[in-house]
Amino acid sequence: MKDFINLEFPSKSSYESFARATVGAFAARLDPTIEELSDIKTAVSEAVTNAVVHGYRGKEGMIYITCALEGRELTVEVTDQGSGIRDVEEARQPLFTTKPEEERSGMGFTIMETFMDSLTVDSAPEKGTKVVMKKVLSTMEA
Amino acid sequence: MDMTLTEHHKTLVVKIIGELDHHYATRIRETIDIEIKDKDIRLLIFDLSALEFMDSSGIGVIMGRLRLMKQQGGKVCVAGAKDSLNKIICLSGLSGLIGIYHSVEEAMKGGQVA
Repeated sequence: MKDFINLEFPSKSSYESFARATVGAFAARLDPTIEELSDIKTAVSEAVTNAVVHGYRGKEGMIYITCALEGRELTVEVTDQGSGIRDVEEARQPLFTTKPEEERSGMGFTIMETFMDSLTVDSAPEKGTKVVMKKVLSTMEA
Repeated sequence: MDMTLTEHHKTLVVKIIGELDHHYATRIRETIDIEIKDKDIRLLIFDLSALEFMDSSGIGVIMGRLRLMKQQGGKVCVAGAKDSLNKIICLSGLSGLIGIYHSVEEAMKGGQVA
């Protein structure tokens, strides 16, 4: 049977730290390096923050995370049922932000892409957004 | 997240302890901005030596303060960031815009406004 966990929590910013810590604890089963663990937590934090800030825009909603392990590959899916993204390609551009007044740096997707091995973003306006990130963790040398 | 602010001769050292994410960004931003304006700060040093985690919200906080400090003719530095934070600082391009130092002492010497 596959190793996986499902989390669901309200779209409140106070859950951002809970989400990354939980995914980090799950990934810790593979004995990641400190850098790998930090990369995973940062990427999860960006995805969850996007769901809170852009997906639900301060409104109440639920955020769902599924994490799975297959061999040394970690898959993290972060899903919201919020406002969605009209143009995913545009949103993925470095420094693109719809909220400069809130000092969003526009780096969220760039960080997810850089810190994980792969990133796919599936989104439809008024339906929501699903972000899938994968990372293969290094094998510890004896 | 916890923070301490120390002001001395128009230099403000902001030590952020724990984790800096979107949840805490507003509080940090507002606290620093009041201090910068009230005390006519010329050098703002972010002491990140006790910061364990920072995401792009932290980059937003630093970028925003840089904008504010430039308006007042001041400078911004980052000191003591751990390796994991340096990665995001480099990726953001911040390292080309502000001084990055190993310690607050170095930042004080290097960041002095003539």
